[in-house]
Amino acid sequence: MGTGTPLGRVRGLGSAKEGTHHWWRQRVTAGSNLFLMLWLVVSILSRGSFDYASMRLWMQSAWVAVPMALLVISVFTHFRLGLQVVIEDYQHNETRVVFLILLNFFTVGLGATALFAIAKIAFGAK
Amino acid sequence: MASRSTRPISPHLQVYKWGPHMLVSVLHRITGSGMATVGSVLLVWWLAALAGGAESYATFRDVFTYANGRLNIIGYVIGIGLTLALFQHMASGVRHLFLDTGAGYELKRNKMGAMASLIISVVATAAFWLILGIK
Repeated sequence: MGTGTPLGRVRGLGSAKEGTHHWWRQRVTAGSNLFLMLWLVVSILSRGSFDYASMRLWMQSAWVAVPMALLVISVFTHFRLGLQVVIEDYQHNETRVVFLILLNFFTVGLGATALFAIAKIAFGAK
Repeated sequence: MASRSTRPISPHLQVYKWGPHMLVSVLHRITGSGMATVGSVLLVWWLAALAGGAESYATFRDVFTYANGRLNIIGYVIGIGLTLALFQHMASGVRHLFLDTGAGYELKRNKMGAMASLIISVVATAAFWLILGIK
């Protein structure tokens, strides 16, 4: 299935079995990050107060909780891919494997915490 | 392999005359790595502190602000650092999306794009803090 032609290899059956998947996901999340981070910047600028009560009230809205959760997923996917490239450039042999596993733990652990915090606020008592 | 030490090695950053395109390329990686580590930890700390209740949120705020609510030195360094990193990475990232289409590799245009990303990030950061300060 596609091992004979350059196009077939690019589609994911080269020696790495990855093709352009990493590169493409980095670009797609770059696009979604652009919109979601601009939303966050504009949202912060349009807040009047940053005290506990008003921040809780703000985050309880579905119009905030949903984009915030999407932002975490998009940004975390993007930096997981980006830091992987940085590690692959500077770390070699066994340390590279250790760093890449730590990167996965870091991303998933932090991401799960963020999503749980957003859900707890959104579904919490008023 | 006796001549190994005298053989030319792959040229790296130090052999080139520095230009804005090189600076922007290096900055893209530094700002990305910085936001991925410091930025993501602070974002999650902020969310978790807010979810944890008034007390944990106060602990978070106290690190970056004075008792009267104004930012302290840590708040300003982290705040301005992260916004500058964000806008630089954003502007440089949009430039990369254009470069991905094969456009903008002519020497003059490439240099202009790199310069533009630096100017945009400084202007956007200044505008962000001015608007935040006025409110």
